[in-house]
Amino acid sequence: MTTHALTDTRVLTGRSLKHILRSPDTIITTAVTPIALMLLFVYVLGGAIDTGSNESYINYMLPGILLITIASGIAYTAYRLFLDMQGGIFERFKSMPIARSSVLWAHVLTSLVSNMISVAIVIGVALLMGFRTSASIGAWLAVAGILILFTLALTWLAVIAGLSAKTVDGASAFSYPLIFLPFISSAFVPTATMPGPVAWFAEHQPVTSIVNTIRALFAQEPAGTDIWIALAWCVGILAVAYLAAASIYRSKVS
Amino acid sequence: MTTATATAAIEVRGVTKAFGDLQVLRGVDLDVQPGSIVALLGSNGAGKTTLVRILSTLLRADGGTAVVDGFDVAKAANHVRRSISLTGQFAAVDEVLTGRENLVLVARLRHLKNPGAIADDMLARFSLTEAGSRPAATYSGGMRRRLDIAMSLVGDPPIIFLDEPTTGLDPQARIDVWQTVKGLAEGGTTVLLTTQYLDEAEQLADRIAILHEGTIIRSGTLAELKKLLPAAKVTYVEKQPTLEEVFLALVGGTTSTPEGKEPR
Repeated sequence: MTTHALTDTRVLTGRSLKHILRSPDTIITTAVTPIALMLLFVYVLGGAIDTGSNESYINYMLPGILLITIASGIAYTAYRLFLDMQGGIFERFKSMPIARSSVLWAHVLTSLVSNMISVAIVIGVALLMGFRTSASIGAWLAVAGILILFTLALTWLAVIAGLSAKTVDGASAFSYPLIFLPFISSAFVPTATMPGPVAWFAEHQPVTSIVNTIRALFAQEPAGTDIWIALAWCVGILAVAYLAAASIYRSKVS
Repeated sequence: MTTATATAAIEVRGVTKAFGDLQVLRGVDLDVQPGSIVALLGSNGAGKTTLVRILSTLLRADGGTAVVDGFDVAKAANHVRRSISLTGQFAAVDEVLTGRENLVLVARLRHLKNPGAIADDMLARFSLTEAGSRPAATYSGGMRRRLDIAMSLVGDPPIIFLDEPTTGLDPQARIDVWQTVKGLAEGGTTVLLTTQYLDEAEQLADRIAILHEGTIIRSGTLAELKKLLPAAKVTYVEKQPTLEEVFLALVGGTTSTPEGKEPR
């Protein structure tokens, strides 16, 4: 049984990857909104924003845009999981001798792949718009690692939403606040310009430390304590969301 | 009623299940012999689906025991899953995948060798070869149900649960499903099907169990059940064709209903 867990996960991941390849619009719509935001901020608002650094504005805001991309991408994970549960296919899988966890892991791995494709598209557009980095391969790998960790953490939140939603709209609505979170962070303007309570919230929510870390890695500057705070947030959310999702899944199974 | 034998394919004893305050099953006893077709007959809400979900390990009973192919559904769910296949009320096919890919998926999840060959074989058996490369979303209701049943048969599980297999199908598709089910039993597969159509139970089942308000109130062969009523009186009734027979004759259906429907 458990010896089949890897095979089963691979087979089921192949299945949901086919869903994505056959409706690539989910990847494109995931990338369109962040790209539009990027155009808006760089070419309309950016000129009036004083970031207090001598970096170009696109270099400044790309990390936040990448997090927005992931936050909107995981809505599709909840959506696909919800559709599986609505149709009979989920019950078919559950009544078959396949490893229980592989059904969820297949959705999680698919989410990771599709989000990384969306992120790559957004970075490609950013390069066209003048994004430049002197980041070493090691720094790029660190950025990739943080983005993967962030995607996994949000994906398990999406699994909770997908498993417990009552309607299709409910399954994806949970992502709206996540998409909004980067706006109240250091992603677009320095937190020091915000009024006291807002600045306090911005400095103590996960997005700011993650954005600061990625920004520092791209600029080849020391990330300081931000990287540890960022990692703690990602791992913490990942662990809590995973445990919650697993327990909801078990209650659905029995 | 029936006496349990050591070889029963399905053996249910005193199974109870409640959802909150609603007591759905109140002590169900049922035996299904290997290779037979048993119809679980009951109106909507009688608990048919609940019982099937318990037997197919999707739901845990509150009390009682259920043994499927020699394995307790609560204690050895994984063994049970190897012996069974479930075709639920709603066609459990992946609409994005093609018919063939759906079958390959199930074959690979059952860890069978040559999933491609198994899929082609199933497509041929269920007259879906031509449609095999089309996404299942483009299938008609009858084709989807055939694919659904074909997916359930991959790997030849010895016991099949069919939960209202013909609900929502047109008459021709319904007869196709009936023929498939009869073919299964001839091949030695045990079939437990639920239905709310009396004629379906009459056509298919070796034994009929009537589930009413959470218990099996009667079970037996059709002949045994008929004996429960006073002996038949001989009356003369004009034999009108049923609308189903008219419909099938007009659209050129392959067969009339199996066995005529003379007044009894």
